[in-house]
Amino acid sequence: MAFTAPNETFGGKVFQIDAGIDKKIVFGGEDVLPFHLFEGNVPNRPVVAYEIQDVPPEDWPETIKKVYEGVSGDPVTWAKYCQDKLNAKAIALRLIGTHPDRQNRSPEDAAKTVKDVLAAISIPLIILGSNHVEKDAAILLAAAEAAKDKNCFLGKAQEENYKTIAAACMANNLKLIAMSQLDINLSKQLNILITQMGFEKENLVTDPMCSGLGYGLDYTYSVMERIRLAALTQNDATMQMPMLADVGMNAWKAKEAIATEAELPIGGVLEQRAIAWEAVTATALMIAGSEILIMRHPEAVKAVEKFIDELM
Amino acid sequence: MALSGVQIFKLLPKTNCKKCGHPTCLAFAMKLAQRQVSLDLCPDVSEEAKKVLGEASAPPIRSVTLGAGDKAVKMGEETVLFRHDKTFVNQCAFAVEVKDTMSADEINAVVDQVLGSEIERVGQKLRIDAIFVSNASGDAGKFEAAVKAIAAKAPEVPLILSTTNPAAAEASVKAVAANKPLLYGANKSNVDAMASVAKTHKVSLGVAAEDLDGLTELTDKIKELGVEDMVLDSGARTAKEIMRDNTYIRRAALKKGNKSVGYPVITFAQRDDVMLETLIASLGVMKYASIIVMSSIDRWKSLALFTLRQNIYTNPQVPLQVKQDIYKLGTPTSDAPLLITSNFSLTYFIVSGEIEGSKVPVRLAVLDTEGLSVLTGWAAGKFTAAKIAQFIQESGIEKEISHKELIIPGYVAILSGSIEDKLPGWKITVGPREANGLPAFLKARTN
Ligand code: B12
Ligand code: SF4
Repeated sequence: MAFTAPNETFGGKVFQIDAGIDKKIVFGGEDVLPFHLFEGNVPNRPVVAYEIQDVPPEDWPETIKKVYEGVSGDPVTWAKYCQDKLNAKAIALRLIGTHPDRQNRSPEDAAKTVKDVLAAISIPLIILGSNHVEKDAAILLAAAEAAKDKNCFLGKAQEENYKTIAAACMANNLKLIAMSQLDINLSKQLNILITQMGFEKENLVTDPMCSGLGYGLDYTYSVMERIRLAALTQNDATMQMPMLADVGMNAWKAKEAIATEAELPIGGVLEQRAIAWEAVTATALMIAGSEILIMRHPEAVKAVEKFIDELM
Repeated sequence: MALSGVQIFKLLPKTNCKKCGHPTCLAFAMKLAQRQVSLDLCPDVSEEAKKVLGEASAPPIRSVTLGAGDKAVKMGEETVLFRHDKTFVNQCAFAVEVKDTMSADEINAVVDQVLGSEIERVGQKLRIDAIFVSNASGDAGKFEAAVKAIAAKAPEVPLILSTTNPAAAEASVKAVAANKPLLYGANKSNVDAMASVAKTHKVSLGVAAEDLDGLTELTDKIKELGVEDMVLDSGARTAKEIMRDNTYIRRAALKKGNKSVGYPVITFAQRDDVMLETLIASLGVMKYASIIVMSSIDRWKSLALFTLRQNIYTNPQVPLQVKQDIYKLGTPTSDAPLLITSNFSLTYFIVSGEIEGSKVPVRLAVLDTEGLSVLTGWAAGKFTAAKIAQFIQESGIEKEISHKELIIPGYVAILSGSIEDKLPGWKITVGPREANGLPAFLKARTN
């Protein structure tokens, strides 16, 4: 007997979004579950952006810090290295040095960093705050002005500060990343609040809050799957934004990505283990539905790109 | 297809004799429809009804066991496509490939790796579950020798015997039949002979097809030949094919009641590039594989895959938890600091990891918050001053330590006053908010 393929098609579709001017990235646009090419359209592959910082990555674990030795002293050199040597498709600049507990850098410092990095690269830029809700409002406002009309992503807007950040995006013609705390309803609600301000829903990316392998990945995985199912099956326009996974910072926080073999004998070689931790986290979240991933280690990125090649 | 309570009722004796422990046949039928009871409870049910009900109540994906004894792995019986709907049932098995062309030393080395692969994570024992022995040489004698050598060294580890040669299959299966290996390799040219070997030795049969049409034909035929326990290989090898076929198979079985593909699936992940292989295996974990075959099993790779499997198969409603207790980290003396946290395994993991990293010996009190994190537990009334005070008092820790100071997480600083009220004589110290502040905090105290 022949096998009848149980195809499923839906009414809904994920918005397609782009970033950049010279060399654009485009993602989203699919009308089926992630990588279900056999039953619908998946016009774009997920995009990986390399994470860099405005200040040297002193708090990054050794395994990842050493990859950028010699270039991570300043963000411009670092960004160019990712673009020219690692063939990055996009850069995610985290303005972590603006956090009050870190260097507490000013909005002017942040704006200058953004301007300098933008001037040095031709690939798209994602601009991220330090995740301090009050400080981010001021920092991202200044960063938005510095990136005016450059078709960047700016984030992350959260429940407490989305008004300022979304307004800054609109005024400067940028796109926005909205982050909520691991809950499908909170994610939907934030999208609604932002679009009610007059912000175009097609210019929004959702970050339902990432977690690393073994450290809450199960929550992020299921929230993402549920958001994507709602987008497709219920054709719910408030959930059809592409999803972001902030993989690197979560994966490299895990004990398994840091502990040496002597400290964690069951884990084997640290270097491979740490790379696998990041690559597996990214893979899981892509399968759950994220289309844009922020990552750190070139070997992890390489493996993920090869994996996507095989999937598409 | 599942029957309704009323449909089932029509097949029961309708005497309301109560021998099943239910007041009426109808009540029993309703429970049967919800799969809460087993038909055996009714002693008077007719043979015919048994047959109809048995077929209807068979799970859409058949339960098949790989191996025998303590290390046997149960597969199949899955009920959903997405883990948020209901917990995935039987964790996929990881298998490593051993070829009969490898030297005895090489084979021994892999078997040693498998035997030494067991680790514990969040209270679960995890290991490489099985060895996939392939008849790469094409020689029946070599294959049998390799299988026997592996079984002698690792008698409890489940085996998958991969050959398309019925003679090789017969000899090797016979040698380890008591272990209930999976015989993998029934295809369209050898199906009758392979089914006969599986039937004779009562082992399950792996079915290798080139596509889903071929697979359907084969499983139907094998079932007719009298073999019920099968494991499916649709021929999918690339990530794209695995995604498609594994999804189709799971959907067809669950949503269309397609019995021809209602069996566990085997996925082949072997790649020259180990990191890529790890990601293909990850795809198998997430997308419905019951057995994942790999070419190697370095520790770093096993740890990542075990962890992913745990994340995917964990109950989405009940977080992984640690037992309520006061744990010693390092070798704390009686004046070592005492800290408290929640029993959400993730919280415990992060906090104990940071403390271990600091090398400062402490006692860590883990309060049963029903698996909620510190903040969620606080918001839900499970990490409260009253519960903390009661736990500390009932634990008897006061007799064990020389001080009365308790360090609480920074995020619940607000609790410090009320804990002091409820624990007379105790001093409550507010620790850092994030666990990564603990090493500096603890070291500063010891200096
Ligand atoms: C995932 C999650 C859930 C999951 C549960 C996960 C779980 N097993 O606990 C679900 C979806 C079930 C949930 C439910 C609720 N949640 Co909730 N949830 C979260 C979320 C996103 C992450 C929690 C988490 O896993 N954290 C990770 C763990 C490791 O953190 P932790 O235990 O606090 O430990 C850290 C520190 O406290 C510290 N630490 C821990 N122990 C110790 C010990 C010492 C001595 C020291 C010094 C430090 C320390 O180190 C750890 C890492 O740095 C948080 C937001 C957030 N970012 O925290 C909200 C959050 C905790 N939830 C919140 C709320 C209100 C709820 C609900 C009441 C309602 C709701 N919004 O859904 C329910 C209540 C649950 C119930 N009644 O059953 C609020 C709490 C607000 C508040 N301050 O009161 C938060 C903060 C979200 C928010 N901003 O609104 N939640
Ligand atoms: S034992 Fe059988 S016949 Fe008796 S009440 Fe139960 S279902 Fe009916």
